[in-house]
Amino acid sequence: MRTALARLSVLPVVLALWQFAAWAAGGHSYILPGPLLVAEAWVSRWDILLRQAGTTAFEILAGLVLGAALGMGSALTMAASPRLRRTMLPILVASQAVPVFALAPVLVLWLGYGLASKIAMAVIVIYFPVSAAFLDGLRRADPGWIELASTMNARPTAILFRLRLPAALPALASGLRVATAVAPIGAVIGEWVGSSAGLGYTMLQANARMQIPLMFAALLTLAVFAVALYLVVDALLRRLIPWQSESLPTND
Amino acid sequence: MTEPRAFSASSRHAAPGVAVRGARLIFEGAALFDALDFALDAGRCTCLLGPSGVGKSSLVRLIAGLATDSAGTVAADDGKPMTGRIAMMAQQDLLLPWLSALDNVVLGYRLRMSPPPRAEAQALLERLGLGAATHLRPAALSGGMRQRVALARTLMEDRPIVLMDEPFSGLDAIARIRMQTMAAEELRGRTVLLVTHDPLEALRLGHRVFVMTDRPVRLSAPMTPPGEPPRDVDDPELLRLQAELLRRLAAEAN
Repeated sequence: MRTALARLSVLPVVLALWQFAAWAAGGHSYILPGPLLVAEAWVSRWDILLRQAGTTAFEILAGLVLGAALGMGSALTMAASPRLRRTMLPILVASQAVPVFALAPVLVLWLGYGLASKIAMAVIVIYFPVSAAFLDGLRRADPGWIELASTMNARPTAILFRLRLPAALPALASGLRVATAVAPIGAVIGEWVGSSAGLGYTMLQANARMQIPLMFAALLTLAVFAVALYLVVDALLRRLIPWQSESLPTND
Repeated sequence: MTEPRAFSASSRHAAPGVAVRGARLIFEGAALFDALDFALDAGRCTCLLGPSGVGKSSLVRLIAGLATDSAGTVAADDGKPMTGRIAMMAQQDLLLPWLSALDNVVLGYRLRMSPPPRAEAQALLERLGLGAATHLRPAALSGGMRQRVALARTLMEDRPIVLMDEPFSGLDAIARIRMQTMAAEELRGRTVLLVTHDPLEALRLGHRVFVMTDRPVRLSAPMTPPGEPPRDVDDPELLRLQAELLRRLAAEAN
């Protein structure tokens, strides 16, 4: 509780710095509106902002679930079959060499202006960190465990699911944390390229109409959601992998 | 330590001798051992003593069928295949951090996907003085407790041949002596190979003690300490033999 209060005490300092920067920028609200103006914009348009935030949140969450499932599935497939790994891994890496920014117009063209193209974008951003981290974890199981298992006449499926998989969960958790942090990128890029809803859309519209405080209000809403999502995912992962958090410091 | 464990007849009475013939292993371009012959007496404890890096662990892995780049034959003297009749215990406890002590003890059953004999595992852990810790994860156990869980896991496999590679070297002196006594009592009647760099440990537990030196490896003539293991730490004859072993090891180091 005290640490939570200590963390919150940073907030007034940040707000004061922000206000100071706004004054220093010349007090032009179309360049950098101060926190009061942004708060005012948020209060007067909160219904729109929350509705748009709901759309973006749905895109991010759907992308996270689908991307994580796909990433975990392909990591398990690659861990189970070395031959598949040799063919899949280069494709996986190549897919990441194409920036998602470049793919966005194509995806909007194919999947339309609705939710599908944004979810697809989020999936692409999320898939790689999850599959790469999980595969790494699956392959890095202690060789001593694997040898022990083989002297015990273990079944190959049991080695994968009862030994390699639990051993890889901390690595998977790292991948999921990274994925959660980058997930909003995919959704918002999708909204910028072409959409009729979402916080990214709101920011573009507000920008075009010189409603800069509203643009900042939308940005802030996105930031708050992203941080909250990360904290929830992190807490869930710590609870699901208790043997790791026992050795993790709790005060960091 | 109230009553002896009821071994299954198959493993106790049929513990075979093991013969290694013409073993050859290349490590980083040099022959670690070449044309090595070595035997484990049936139902007895054979100890292998030697300096670090001489190839003791490699020999254990060869017998366990885990060495990939090797030549030579390993055979049981009853003519049956070796696979499925060996249990291993290493210096690292290799406990799985996500499983409780009890689930770690029945790991073999979990990995063979057969129903684990939890009651038997519970009784075994109680006999090793871990009755109150069966539900704890390894992170909550001390080094000595973890090593006892690893011993319980090895015993739970109920194999006639047991290979142990410096299983007690991470423990403090008192815990080590307690573990040696427990292990000797629990492993009686099985064919055991115990690798160690502690002369006293070898003399307490071994029916025969070999010293392994040189590259490629040579084995000394075996030393046979008097009496049955586990022998008392303060037995004067044991201390005399320990001094002799230390002299041999020191001579080889020069």
